[in-house]
Amino acid sequence: MNTQAPRTAKPSHTAPGPRRPARSGRHGSVRMRAWATRAPLLPALIFLIAVTQLPFVVTLVISLFDWNSLAPDDRAFTGLSNYGSVFTDPAIRESVLTTVVLTASVVIASVVLGLILALLLNRTFFGRGMVRTLLITPFLLVPVSAALLWKHALYNPEYGLLNGGLNWAASLVGIDTAAQPDWISDMPLLAVEAALVWQWTPFMMLILLAGLQSQSAETLEAVRLDGASGWQTFRYLTLPHLRRYLELGILLGSVYIVQNFDAVFTITSGGLGTANLPYTIYQTFYQAHEYGLASAAGVVVVIGTIVVATFALRVVSSLFREEASRS
Amino acid sequence: MSTATPPVRHQMPPAARKARRRSAVLGVVTWIAGIAFCMPALWMLLTSFHSEADAATNPPSLAASLTLDGYRQFFNGGGGAEPWPPLINSLLASTLSTVLVLVLALPAAYALSIRRVPKWTDVMFFFLSTKMLPVVAGLLPIYLFAKNAGMLDNVWLLVILYTSMNLPIAVWMMQSFLADVPVSIIEAAQVDGARLPTVLARVVAPVVGPGIAATALICFIFSWNELLFARVLTGVVAQTAPVYLTGFVTSQGLFLAQLCAASVIVSLPVLAAGYAAQDKLVQGLSLGAVK
Repeated sequence: MNTQAPRTAKPSHTAPGPRRPARSGRHGSVRMRAWATRAPLLPALIFLIAVTQLPFVVTLVISLFDWNSLAPDDRAFTGLSNYGSVFTDPAIRESVLTTVVLTASVVIASVVLGLILALLLNRTFFGRGMVRTLLITPFLLVPVSAALLWKHALYNPEYGLLNGGLNWAASLVGIDTAAQPDWISDMPLLAVEAALVWQWTPFMMLILLAGLQSQSAETLEAVRLDGASGWQTFRYLTLPHLRRYLELGILLGSVYIVQNFDAVFTITSGGLGTANLPYTIYQTFYQAHEYGLASAAGVVVVIGTIVVATFALRVVSSLFREEASRS
Repeated sequence: MSTATPPVRHQMPPAARKARRRSAVLGVVTWIAGIAFCMPALWMLLTSFHSEADAATNPPSLAASLTLDGYRQFFNGGGGAEPWPPLINSLLASTLSTVLVLVLALPAAYALSIRRVPKWTDVMFFFLSTKMLPVVAGLLPIYLFAKNAGMLDNVWLLVILYTSMNLPIAVWMMQSFLADVPVSIIEAAQVDGARLPTVLARVVAPVVGPGIAATALICFIFSWNELLFARVLTGVVAQTAPVYLTGFVTSQGLFLAQLCAASVIVSLPVLAAGYAAQDKLVQGLSLGAVK
């Protein structure tokens, strides 16, 4: 009855079942069937290779040239010298550091906040759906809107909500003038980070909430009946269970936040030491027209991302394997 | 371990009353945390209904009268340019690319879940790896290509790029939805003589319909939000809503209420799509890895 092409997926990924003899038919028809199986996959694969892999190959090639589009006649092959410039150019080196600091701090802060919120939300209480909706709203704002909101409606030193709130709080305790910091110029990187943490905490919360809800209620009940305290349950049962989800959140968050452009571009325009690599590359090619240099920096970002992504893939793959073995 | 014990309802002993009170307190704490966390967004919504004079006060005026002026000015082009073309561009680019994503991803997901191709996990990870390639690393060649091909400032270019951006996510999500379809149903349909398109339309689609809808909404959100491609590759004609927003500070200065109104308008489609796809959102964002 099964007339499908043989399933040759790795045994570890499929449920144990009767193995079908693969080459029962004539050789030609087997090959045709194999292509019929692959055919639905091809449009997507070819499209993706053409639109994402080819441009990167071109970037690799351009990175080996000294090419400023304002002086197109001087284009020359320079080998790896652009990479030398990437690692010695103080502006680019600073933006590497900024990228690392920005990514690490935003990811850590949003994971911690997200975990607290997920734990709070993973209980039954009145209006839980409503609170969940409130909590994910920051993530659903268009990133540019969110960045503009923080820049103008919150951080603005004259009429922003933060300073307004400070004044209001001061007036409550009878002080006339509260300190009115100019948030963006006084603490530019922190200003960008706060806006990003606000946007990314819901993402972490949603992933961790999914993790919490996949915990076995029976086990939790059994442990509770055995007299374990809330903290013990969290420390020895919930946290180990959440490890995968924490890793996934951290790694996906890193991959997304390393690439952040919207917040840096909108809030500080990369000024005051907040230019991260994506912004610096954008500047290098879009405003300085240094095509070779920008490409080399792009390749460096890719190498950095590959390092992070290798771990990400491993985590995703382990979750995926669990999933595959379950089905 | 306890295999099939149904959950037992316990009579609350007096000591458990304390736990119950604690639970109520935590509920209130959660509510406060939720409102505090959402405060900036709520503030934006409130400010968008204030007059410019009331919006720019310090300390903030909660009692100021509400008006639709901000929205009116936004739609009258107070942001310096007509707001409708960028909104329509965003709608076009996001919708068309979402359709294209579904057309490409659905057969691929089918080949990765139901009629599995050899080494299907490797193919899955290839899709995923393209998502991890930073956008900036391919931006310049794409820009040069578009310039030489005369495709700068063209919505179709955005459609193609947004499709490539969302395709891996869609393949991963739909693979996991399609894997939920019992193979026996499909085989039964095939035995009855149904061909592939019929099987897809009659058997697979109804089962995975909600999942496909969620995938579509998530792809729509990502396309609608995108800034970097749109900023570099469009100008006047194909400008999208996020690019329009970045240029919102007019030559006369900043109109806060109007900016907030604009931000609310531009975010509305995403908020609607996001609330609708809430449950599947994590799955999409974590590339299908978390169910």
